[in-house]
Amino acid sequence: MTLIHLFVLVPILSALLIPFIGKWFPKLHLGWAALFVPVLLFVCFCTAIPKVAAGGPVFGSVSWSQALDLAFSVHLDGLSLIFTLLITGIGSLVVLYSIFYLSKERESLSHFYAYLLLFMGAMLGVVLSDNMIMLYIFWELTSISSFLLIAFWFRRKKSRYGAQKSFLITVGGGLFMLVGFIMLHVITGTNSIQEIITMGDSIREHALFVPALVLILIGAFTKSAQFPFHIWLPDAMEAPTPVSAYLHSATMVKAGLFLVARFTPIFGGEAVWFWLVSGIGMFTMFWGSFSAVRQKDLKALLAYSTISQLGLIMFLFGMGSAALQGGASTESVIYTKAIFAALFHLVNHSTFKGALFMVVGIVDHEVGTRDIRKLGGLLPFMPVTFTLAVISSFSMAGLPPFNGFLSKEMFFTASLQAGSMNIFSMDTWGPLFPIIAWTGSVFTFVYSMFIVFRTFLGPYRRERLEKTPHEAPLGMLISPIVLCAIIVTLFFVPNGLSHYLLAPAVHSILPSYQGMEGLIPHISAWHGFNPELLMTAGVVVIGALLARMYRAWQDVYELFPASRSLDRGYQWLLTGSEIGSKKVTNLYMTGFLRHYLYYIYGFLIFLTGGTLLFSGGLSLRFSHDVPAAPYEMLLVLIMAAAGVGILFTKSRMTAALLNGILGYSIAIFFVLFRAPDLALTQLVVETVTTVLFLLCFYHLPEWPKEDRSFKVRVPKILISIGMGTLTVLLALSVQGNKLFDSISSYFEDSYDLAGGRNIVNAILGDFRAFDTMLEVVVLFIAGVGVYTLVKLKIPKGADDHERK
Amino acid sequence: MRENDLILQTVSKVAVFIILTFGVYLFLAGHHHPGGGFIGGLTLSSAFVLLYLAFDVETINKGLPFDYKNVAALGVIIATLTGTGSLLFGSSFLSQTFAYFNLPIFGKTELATVMLFESGVALGVIGVVVTIIISISEDV
Repeated sequence: MTLIHLFVLVPILSALLIPFIGKWFPKLHLGWAALFVPVLLFVCFCTAIPKVAAGGPVFGSVSWSQALDLAFSVHLDGLSLIFTLLITGIGSLVVLYSIFYLSKERESLSHFYAYLLLFMGAMLGVVLSDNMIMLYIFWELTSISSFLLIAFWFRRKKSRYGAQKSFLITVGGGLFMLVGFIMLHVITGTNSIQEIITMGDSIREHALFVPALVLILIGAFTKSAQFPFHIWLPDAMEAPTPVSAYLHSATMVKAGLFLVARFTPIFGGEAVWFWLVSGIGMFTMFWGSFSAVRQKDLKALLAYSTISQLGLIMFLFGMGSAALQGGASTESVIYTKAIFAALFHLVNHSTFKGALFMVVGIVDHEVGTRDIRKLGGLLPFMPVTFTLAVISSFSMAGLPPFNGFLSKEMFFTASLQAGSMNIFSMDTWGPLFPIIAWTGSVFTFVYSMFIVFRTFLGPYRRERLEKTPHEAPLGMLISPIVLCAIIVTLFFVPNGLSHYLLAPAVHSILPSYQGMEGLIPHISAWHGFNPELLMTAGVVVIGALLARMYRAWQDVYELFPASRSLDRGYQWLLTGSEIGSKKVTNLYMTGFLRHYLYYIYGFLIFLTGGTLLFSGGLSLRFSHDVPAAPYEMLLVLIMAAAGVGILFTKSRMTAALLNGILGYSIAIFFVLFRAPDLALTQLVVETVTTVLFLLCFYHLPEWPKEDRSFKVRVPKILISIGMGTLTVLLALSVQGNKLFDSISSYFEDSYDLAGGRNIVNAILGDFRAFDTMLEVVVLFIAGVGVYTLVKLKIPKGADDHERK
Repeated sequence: MRENDLILQTVSKVAVFIILTFGVYLFLAGHHHPGGGFIGGLTLSSAFVLLYLAFDVETINKGLPFDYKNVAALGVIIATLTGTGSLLFGSSFLSQTFAYFNLPIFGKTELATVMLFESGVALGVIGVVVTIIISISEDV
C-alpha cells in the first residue's frame, strides 16, 4: 500500500462521505467540501513531478488474488502524471465553477458531488493502474459515473436518452477491450502492463496479437468518441455544463487516448495499429470539425469540436507509433515528435476546451439559451466572458499568441510527414493526410469564429433571450480566467512544461528511445517560413472567407440528412434489439411454472448427463462398498415410501409432512455417518422450511384438479425420471472415479493453518472464505428480493409500462 | 386474527431461551466443534421465528425493535469488510489469523479473526430468514 493507492481511494471514499456532510452541515454548499479533495490531490501530485521528471516511476502493488493474477498495482510515470494533473487540476477548477453554477436550493448536490468524486477516483484509477483487469474495472466505473452525471437531470427525456446512449456505447466498447486484455493475458501470462512492455517484440508473432490489438482499440475508440462511435458525445451534452467541461472534454474522453498511449510500446510499429489509429483519428478530426460548423446549439458545437480534437490527438499518437517500426533508430526518431505533439495538444486541448465549456455555461446561465441563432451582441453585457471566449477559441483555431498555435503547427508537421512516409505502404494514401488535416483545420477555424462572433457580436435581440444578460458572478469567472492564463503562459514558456511533464511522458511511451538525441524537440513559436506556417496562413484566409460566406455554402450539409445519419442507425439498432429480444423472451416465458422447470431440469439433464456419458465418467463400481446395515436399509425404505407417497397425496399438508420426513431422514443419515455439522444444519433448515411452508399455505389457492391429459403428463414423467436417474448416476460415479489426488490432507492440517479443529468451519471461514462471503451476499439478495416481491404494491394508475 | 394459544406461548417463553443459548453456544463452538456462524445464525433465527409464531408480530416488534433487513445488510457489510481488513496488513483478501491470549477468568483463550467474519455470516442469516418469514406472514 503506497501513498498513490490512497490518492485513488481518497476521492471514492469521500464520495461516500459527501451525503453525510450534507446532512451534518445543511447550510454548506457541498461544493466547498468536495473542492478540498481535488485541490489536495493536485498539490500531492505536483510534489511528485521532480521525482518522475528525474526518471523514476513510482510503483506500488497490493495483492488481491494471486491465483487470478489480480493486484491493485499503481504505476506513476510521466504519462500518468500528466493525466493525474489534468484530472485533479481541471477537477478543482470545475468543482469551483460548479459551486456557482448549481443552485444549492434547487439541485440535489449530494448526488452531484458524490458522482463527481466517484468519477475522479475512477479516472485516477484508470491512469494509474498497472494491472489490466483493475484498469478495466476503473474504466467501467468511469462509464457508470458518467452515466449518472449525464442523467443528473433525470426528469428530462433527453438526459435519460443521452445517458443510456453513452453508457451502451462506452460500456460495450469496454467489453471489447476486456476481451482484448484477456487475449493479452493468454499471450503473455501476465496482467501487468509494464511486464508486457518489457517482453518487447517476442509476443508479436502470436496469433492473438492482432485480434487483441483491434479489440483494445475498439475500447479506446468508443471512449474517445472516434468515428463511428462518436455519436454518443453530442447527446452526452445534456449533462450539467461543469460535467461536460470535466468529463466530456478534459478527462474521460481522453481515457481512450491514454489507453492508446499506454499500449503504444506494446502494439506500436504494427501496421494495423498505425493505420487504425492514425487513419480513424484523421477522419474523425475532419468529420468532427465539418459537423461542428452546422450545429445550432453551442454545446453541441463544442461536442463535435471535442470529437474533432480527439481525432487529431489520436492521429498524432498513430503517427508516433511509426517510430517503433523496426525498433528504435536514429532515422525514425523524427516520428517521435508526433507523440510529443500529441501530449502537448492533449494538455492544450484540456485548457482551451475546459475554458470554452465554462464560457458557454456562463452564457447559458446568464442568458437562458445557448442556441446560436438567438444569441448575438452580448459583448457590451459580458466583456470579461467575451475576452475569455476570444482567448480560448482563438487558441482552438490555432492562432498565436495562444498555446493551440504551437501544437497545431506540430500537427501540420506530423501530417506533412505522413504525406512523405515510405513505410506501411503509406506512399499510396499518405499524401491525403496533409490535405485532410488542412481541410479539417479550416472548419475548426470556422466554428471557432462562430463561437466568438455569433455569440458576442452581431445584432442584439432581447426578445429572443429568456433573461436580460449580465456579467457572471466573479466565482464563476475565476476558473476560466485561470485556464485562459495558462493558455497564454504556455505560449510564451512552453519549454518548462515540456521539460517537466511532456518529456517524462514521451519516455514512458517510447521506453526504447530513452536518451536518444532529438527525442524532445525545443518548442519555439517562430520557426521560419516553412510549409506549416503557410498552411496556417491558408487556414486563416480561407477560414475567414468561409465563415463570412457561410450562407452561400451551408447547403452542403443537405447532402447529409438526418434520416441517413449514424445516429438514426443507432436508434434503429436499439429499437430493433428491443423488439427482437421481447419476441424471443415471450417465446419461452409462458407464465407456466412447469415450463420453467422443464427448461431448468431439461438443460441440466442434457448438459450434465451428456458430459457424464460422453466423457466416460460414468462408472459403477460396487466392489469397495461397505455392506449396508439393517437400520440403514430401514431408513432408506422409509424415505422411499415418503417419496412415492408424495405423488399420491390429496392435500398440501400431507405433501409437506412427507417432504419433512425425507428431510429429517437425511439428517439421521448425517448422524449415522458422523457428520454432526451437516446433521445440525439439515435439522434447522428443515424446521425453518416447514415453518415457511406453513406460512405460505395461507396464500396458496385450492389444490387444483390436475390436468391429467397425456400431453401434460408425458413430459413431466420424462423429466422426473431423467432427473432422478441422473442424480443417482452422478452420486454413484463420484465414488467410482479418482481423477486426481485427494486434497483433504491439506484440510486436515486445519489446526495448524487456521487454528480451528473443526475442519468444516475452517474451510468455510478461512480456506474458502470467498465462497462463504459471496453466499452471504447471495442470501441477502434473495432475502431482499422476497421482501420486495411481497411488499411492492404498484399503486393504481401508475405507469403501465412498468407492469408489462 | 391470531388465536390466543396459551400452551404454545408458555412453552415458547422457556424454549426460546434454551434455543437462544444453544444458538450462541453453536456460534462460539464452531471453531473446534460442530457449530459456526451459519448454524448458529439459523438456530438463533428459529428462536425468533418461534416467538413470532407464538405471539403476534406487533408484540414482538415492541420487544425486539430491529429492522431485520438492516440486520442482514449489517451482516453482509461485516462479512465483506472483515475480509478487507487483512489487506491493511499486506495479506490477501479474506485472510484470517488467530492467536492465544491469557484473559482474566477465561485463562488461555484462542481469539481468531474468523469469528468476526462468522458473526457477519450469522447476522446475515438471521436477518434474511426473519425478513422473509415476517414479510410473508404480514402479507395477509
